Amino acid sequence: MELKERYEEDLFLVRGALAWTALLTLCAGLFLLPYVARNYVLFTLSLVAVNAVIAVGLNLLVGYTGQISLGHAGFVAIGAYTAGLVMAKLPWPEAAAAWGLSWLAALAAAGLVAAIFGFLVGLPALRLTGPYLTIATLGFGIAVHQVLTNWDRLSGGRTGLFLPKLFFGPWRLEERPLYYVTILVAGLLIWVASNLVRSHVGRAFVAIRDSDIAAAVTGVNLTAYKTLAFAVSAAYAGIGGAMLAFILRYLEPQLFTLFESIYYLSMIVIGGLGTVPGSVLGAAVLTVLPQQLAGLKEWLPIVYGAAIMFMMAVEPRGLYGRWVKIRLWFKTWPF
Amino acid sequence: MGTSVLLNIEGLSIAFGGVVALSNVDLDVSSGALISIIGPNGAGKTTLFNCICGLYHADSGMIRFSGASLAGLKPDAIARRGIARTFQNIELFLRMTVLENLLLGRHLHFRAGFAAASLGAPHWRREEIRHREVAEQILDFLDLQAVRDRRVGDLSLGRQRMVELGRALATEPALLLLDEPSSGMTAEEKEDLVFRIRDIRDEMNATIILVEHDLKLVMGISDWIAVLDHGVKIAQGSPEQIQMHPDVIKAYLGEPTEGGADARTRGTAT
Ligand SMILES: Nc1ncnc2c1ncn2[C@@H]1O[C@H](COP(=O)(O)OP(=O)(O)OP(=O)(O)O)[C@@H](O)[C@H]1O
Ligand SMILES: [Mg+2]
Repeated sequence: MELKERYEEDLFLVRGALAWTALLTLCAGLFLLPYVARNYVLFTLSLVAVNAVIAVGLNLLVGYTGQISLGHAGFVAIGAYTAGLVMAKLPWPEAAAAWGLSWLAALAAAGLVAAIFGFLVGLPALRLTGPYLTIATLGFGIAVHQVLTNWDRLSGGRTGLFLPKLFFGPWRLEERPLYYVTILVAGLLIWVASNLVRSHVGRAFVAIRDSDIAAAVTGVNLTAYKTLAFAVSAAYAGIGGAMLAFILRYLEPQLFTLFESIYYLSMIVIGGLGTVPGSVLGAAVLTVLPQQLAGLKEWLPIVYGAAIMFMMAVEPRGLYGRWVKIRLWFKTWPF
Repeated sequence: MGTSVLLNIEGLSIAFGGVVALSNVDLDVSSGALISIIGPNGAGKTTLFNCICGLYHADSGMIRFSGASLAGLKPDAIARRGIARTFQNIELFLRMTVLENLLLGRHLHFRAGFAAASLGAPHWRREEIRHREVAEQILDFLDLQAVRDRRVGDLSLGRQRMVELGRALATEPALLLLDEPSSGMTAEEKEDLVFRIRDIRDEMNATIILVEHDLKLVMGISDWIAVLDHGVKIAQGSPEQIQMHPDVIKAYLGEPTEGGADARTRGTAT
């Protein structure tokens, strides 16, 4: 019986009083923040939430399943434009839009459409491995950008695509309410990803990364799990893209270039490959940092490139891995 | 019970370019048997395992398991039917813990789906706990509790082989294929291994096919032995018959020797 309880405890996502205190403090802080912080801070945190969702999804694919994607901005773009088109081009009745049905539908559609594209891009992953797969995803990202640039009727061409205002009953979703929506959606998706990675599904992902032969002979269906990883990862990117569209209310193809794909990849490398908290941490750092370094805009690609190389060399497990080590050190400290 | 044929292989052939790895191999293994396949390096032993578990597709011939053909099935589908294996070169999930590796062995028994897992649904939770109990039992059985939460990549070769055996057992196989399980093990670990293999057969009712270079181990443990040489099955019989078999001696020593040399003399070659 004692053992049984231990297994049960092993399954808890948050363990121990300290962890719970930290989590609840964080939640309370995020909830109360809008009452003290300026809109600029809320805007930044909303962007952190968006990037955290995208990074967590990307990490499921790259860090957990071991399939490197250099075209993730393509999925983000598909989500953003799906959301934008659903809101701007579908004939929503006034009441439906006022009650937030239009953006809720847009959010769901963005996840779904991106997931379908993720599944399709995942199919070649069954045959391609390593650098070949990476090049295929790179091609996908470039193709999406090209299609958006050249297909004016879809993307609005040079003028871009404007989204109508978002409502939710009495609230107009700007600054404060929008901040709550993005934080809530991000929290939910981070929770789902955390469930996923400690389940048999997450173990199958990691198994494929570590040895796909062994995974197959122990009963993991490679076809199903590789395409699943792509679909889930793309769904996260799509939902992130939709939220980005909500925040910016304006879309242009230049928001989704190869540079953005590398930007997302930097987040998970710097935060920690194969960890959910690491993805969030990396997203936060790489959202806030460029804002602080606004004067160095042209240098950012070099900064990211250098940061990736530095991390790979010094701490392959990322900032989160370093934090875990420090925590362990304090736990065992005077001994 | 015990006499029905579990694995039936007929006329199995496979070639890689010009190299004939298996040539017209027949093999019948009845359920509950513990048999060995031996042969010099490059004889085709590993290739035979790869064909059985679906990693290779034979050029011709037939593999039936519990009466049904395995032709065209993917490795995971074959695993689901009850065939598990270990690898000569150890294929573990190196960055996972020992427990997690064993839990992978439970993967094919999970009924809960993606949605239940991603929401942490109660029925997923119950199932997860049940599978963890099985994994812990196997940890106990293989004496791995001490390294339960260690990363597999940090363990010794002998321990890694035990973890791989544990992962295979966790699938609850009807047929267990062991590819040189004792290589890289200390004498003590080997002794231990022999015990475990017998236990697996007797207590878990698994049928076992062993590929092994340590002939002393093979002779002591096997019901019967098949010998492969250059992809051809050159002999089959009891350990005594195999030790006396002139073709076997020739295959191992290269040329016939007077006085019936013992195949053991080449036993530890790898
Ligand atoms: N994937 C492959 N591609 C090309 N040749 C292969 C392949 N797999 C096996 N072979 C060849 O088939 C022959 C049999 O190899 P196999 O690995 O089955 O031998 P083995 O009996 O397991 O030998 P060992 O005792 O060294 O493990 C060898 O000549 C090998 O080179
Ligand atoms: Mg071999």
